[in-house]
Order: sequence, then C-alpha cells, then structure tokens
Amino acid sequence: MAVRGSLSGIDSPDALEKALRAAYYLADDGVATAAYLALALGKPLLLEGSPGVGKTEAAKAIAAVLGRRLIRLQCYEGIDASAALYEWNYPRQMLAIRQAGEQSIDIYGESFLIERPMLAVLRAPDSTVLLIDEIDRSDQEFEAFLLEFLSDFQISIPERGTLRAAERPVVILTSNRTRDLHEALRRRCVYHWIDYPTAEREARIVMMRASSVAESTARAVVAAVGKLRREPLTKAPGIAEAVDWAEAATLLHKVGARWPDAFKRSIGVALKDQEDLAFISGRLDALIAEASA
Amino acid sequence: MTAEPRLPRAARAFVSFVALLRVNGFAIAPEQTTAFLAAIELLGPRNPEDIRRAGMATLAPPPERRGAYDLLFRIHFLGGEELPGADGEDEEVVRLQEEGGGEDEPPLADESNQSGEQAVRSEALVERRFAAGQSSDALRRLAREAPARLPLRRGHRRMRARRGPWADLRRTLRDSARNDGEVMRLARLKRRLRPRKMLLLIDVSGSMKARTEENLKLAHALSQAVAHVEVFTFGTRLTRVSRALKLKRREQALAAAAHLVSDWDGGTRIGDALQAFLAVPRFAGYARGAAVIIVSDGLERGDSSALRDAVAKLSRRAWRLSWLTPLATGAGFVPQTEALMAIREFVDEMVDGGSSAAVVAHLLALGQRRAA
Repeated sequence: MAVRGSLSGIDSPDALEKALRAAYYLADDGVATAAYLALALGKPLLLEGSPGVGKTEAAKAIAAVLGRRLIRLQCYEGIDASAALYEWNYPRQMLAIRQAGEQSIDIYGESFLIERPMLAVLRAPDSTVLLIDEIDRSDQEFEAFLLEFLSDFQISIPERGTLRAAERPVVILTSNRTRDLHEALRRRCVYHWIDYPTAEREARIVMMRASSVAESTARAVVAAVGKLRREPLTKAPGIAEAVDWAEAATLLHKVGARWPDAFKRSIGVALKDQEDLAFISGRLDALIAEASA
Repeated sequence: MTAEPRLPRAARAFVSFVALLRVNGFAIAPEQTTAFLAAIELLGPRNPEDIRRAGMATLAPPPERRGAYDLLFRIHFLGGEELPGADGEDEEVVRLQEEGGGEDEPPLADESNQSGEQAVRSEALVERRFAAGQSSDALRRLAREAPARLPLRRGHRRMRARRGPWADLRRTLRDSARNDGEVMRLARLKRRLRPRKMLLLIDVSGSMKARTEENLKLAHALSQAVAHVEVFTFGTRLTRVSRALKLKRREQALAAAAHLVSDWDGGTRIGDALQAFLAVPRFAGYARGAAVIIVSDGLERGDSSALRDAVAKLSRRAWRLSWLTPLATGAGFVPQTEALMAIREFVDEMVDGGSSAAVVAHLLALGQRRAA
C-alpha cells in the first residue's frame, strides 16, 4: 500500500482540521481523521449522511486545502461512461472523414476526444480533486464501472488503449443513502458517516458562514433547527437551511420585524415542504420561544 | 531467505479484532485489514479513540451496525462487560410512540372477525419461530413467473434498438467509417426497461397471525426472484427486514427476520406505523415510484385519521398502491370497517389477501398495466 504520510504539508488529522478551518469548514474529529487517512493511504473517501450535513462542502474544503481544482461529477440514474469518462466528438469526426477525401485520417486522435470528469482527473492527478456526488442516485451498472477506476485508477479507451494515473488522485464520493451501496464499493474506500453537528459546532458554523448574524440569533436558530430535526418531517432542515434561516431572520429584523416574529416569518427558508409546514405550524410559536430562551 | 514474515506482536490485537468482527457477521476483506493497520500506524495511535476511528474509516461497518461495532470495540479493547445481545440493527427498527388516553375502542367488527378484539394497546414483544415447510404451488409460481411478469418502468439508461427516439452517434460513426464516411443507416437508441421498485408492508399483528408466516415466505420468494424489493413488517413497531430476506435459504432468511422483528402477534397501530415509515426519509424514499403493497386487514383501533393521512401521503409517492386484506373476498368487495372506508379513495385497489394464491395472482397481475 502506498502510504504517503503527508500531502501538501498535512501530516496529522489535527493539521488537516486546522487547514479546513482556515478554508471555512469546521470539521469534527471524525471527518478530519477519515479525510486524513484517505489522503495518506491514497484511497477514495466515501462520505455518507443525511442531506444537508455538509458532505459536498467537505469535498470543496479539502480541495481548497490542497490547493487543487475540484472537478465535480453529479450522478443520476443512467449516468454512463460517455458522461463520466470520455466521449468522442462525433460530428467533428464525421466532418473530418468528409474533408479528408482520399487521404487517410486518424479519427480517434486527441482533438476528437472530449474529456469528462474522470478522464480529466486521471490526466492531472496532482492538481485536481474528483468529487463523485450523490453516488446513490446512479444505478448499479455505474457503481460496478466505478470499481475498476477506484481500485487501480486506470481506464481503458478501446480506440486508444489503457490510461493510468501517474499518481493516486484524490477522490471523494458522497451518498445520501437513499439505497444501500454495494459492499465492494465501501471496501475500496475510507468510509465516514457524517452526522448533524453538535449545537455548539453548528452555531459556530452559522456565524462563520453568515457574518451578519449575531451570536444570540445563531444559537436560537440552531436550537430551533435541532428541535425540528427530531420531528417526523419529510425533509429535515440541514446546515445550509440553518444558515439561511439565521440570515433571513436577521434581515427581517433589520427592516423592523420584532425578534420572535422574524424567526416565524422566515420559516420558509428552513422548512420547504407544505406538509411539514402544516404539521409544525401549530407548535411553531412554542418551539421558537423555547429555542430563543 | 528468511522465514515467512511474522506479524509483529503489537499488531495481533488489531488483527484479532478484525477476526472478532468477522465472527459477528461483518464482511471485511483482507485489504481492509491492511488499511486498518496502516491507518493505526499513521495516527500514532494516541488513544483508543484513534483506533476506533481508524477502524470505522477503513473497516467501514454498515451504518445500521455502528452500534454493534462500538460494542465489540469496547469489549475487545476496553474490556467492557456487555454482551452483544441487542445488536445494532436499531436503525432498522422504529418504535411507535405510545399515545396516552384517547378511545381504546377496537374498530367496529362488522365482518364478525373475531380477531378484531386483538387490536390491543399493550406492546407484547415475542419471538417467533417458523417451521421449515415445503414450497407451496403459489410460491413456486411466484419464483418462476416473477422476473417476467412484475411491473417494469422505463429507465434512464439507453440501449440499441431498431427504432427509438435517439440516434446512436457512436455506432453510426463506426458503421460509416467502414463505408468511407457514408452514413447508410442511422442507428437508434431507446430507453431500457427495468424492474420497478417494490415495497411490501406486512402486518404482523395478532389479527393477521394466521397469515404472517405465509406472507413472509412470499416476501422472501419475491426478494429472491427480483432485485429492488424492500420489505417492512409492522405491528406495534416498524421493522425493515429486507436485508434478512436477501439470504438465499428460506429457513435462514425467515429465522433472521424473526430475530429482527419483536412485535409478532401483538397490537395493531397501522396509522402510526405508516406515519413512522414516512417520517424516516430513507424509508420514505423506497416508496417513491414503487409498486407499494400493504398486506393488512386494516383493523385499526380508535381514530382512523392518522391512517387516512398516511395512506394519502403514500399514494402520492407510490406508482400504484394496493391494499391486500383477507377481508376482501370476491370481485365486488365493499369495505365495511371504518378504517378501510376511510382509505378507500387513496388506494388503487383493495383486493383479496387471504391466501397465498390470491396474493401471488395479484402480484403477477401488477405488471399487466403498461409501464408508465
């Protein structure tokens, strides 16, 4: 196993955590440890967790820490090699054949190749981070296709042969766990389950992300969001919703709304489902009063 | 040449921890053990927490078994006393909140259904064993015909076709290269058909006692025949048994399921159970676009508004919602109980669930309507 030990001067989970904080991402010890191990062991990092706990943000922050370009591949059902890996520019190939006339021409040359995220990362492993986002949305065919890529970091293009990365690229996968991923995929990765942050940490995240928000507002919003997450809602508010809610309430307060009222009127940025709103509306006043106390 | 390299003494405890996990049903590959050891070395380790995290990251226990992992870790490294009795499948079980007060009236039992009385409020937790038994004709028919006859949907992956909405540029170009760039025929693509997700919600309360075993056998046969089947049982709890039913041998699978479910033959709280199902986003996602089949007599005690709301929500998510009840016999079934009347407008069909043959016939007929 190719153990790197340190990458861009990051030689321990603590060092990574500090660097991530400088990139405006507050990681807990678990995330920092898993991410450090993934970098050091040269394995892909698989982050799983509820929507809105900051999986994608973590990937962006890691790319920023390493000073590399983040290349994002959003998964969806039916995603295949032509969207993830490479595609030939068929119209240009067709034109080239016509123009060549009697001469012979290589229609599988570099100029006809369209690079997709995975190929781009394979070609520049030292300056990019690949984010394979929401892998649970793709189908099992794509998951199987990923296995070869993630273990050997090589791909084969039938017309051009096998291409191998010069060094192990940094790859981060995220999943919302709408379905169980294949064991083989989890086995190849360093795995971490991201939970919602503690109230203390989340308040710090809110203040860091939205600088206009006062500390008391941040704490009240985080307490209220924490309570909402314990309710049986269709879509529990994530961290981004907490940040938005704090910002929206602060904004309303600035233009003259009173405090508990400002929270209540801006609930729409935290809860975005009609059924959830109807479910909570009766108890909203009590919930906000409790949270701001 | 020296002898085969020996494992350093310090590493033995870690390797034996991996062995302990394997014994307890965690699938861990040798390469993961190597990564585990490398990770521990990288981290120092400064304290037991480092070792625990290194294990979490590299051995990757499935999220619903994190509880069991932590327990085994404590026992192995910290000398904990606890026995791994109640293992960490907790995330797959939702206990329903017991509401205080309210009417305890059992539903009107117009159908002279004696077991309606058993819709009680106490939560009786029992374990149940199933006899091995033979496959009935119905089960064999399900296993044989399911792959071909269950409902399909159009997937988003494309395949070659004689006719189809898209041109297959890749193949067209390859063909044309053989003819000096002359396109003779435009190759086409169409969307591939895939099996539709299926979701089975099985009532295991006392009033369904006579049918429970058969229903689980059916669920197992279905899980084996096709992919994308999710199975839950409900009574006073909601339990996901899909993973257990993926085991190939029926006795094993049913035993594993029987171990997970602890509310056999107890009370029924269908409305609360379905609400609980919808409240877990991961579970609710299984219903989206799925053929949802609820096997229950619908004998709900007390107010049926929770049931009504839940069924309405489910029907909006589902592709098709079928309610299979032993009470429905014959084609012109008109529900008489309050609960079934309340949900009638939301379910696509309310049909006979009183025998395996009837359930199988319904499952196999689901695909007759064209894939939408």
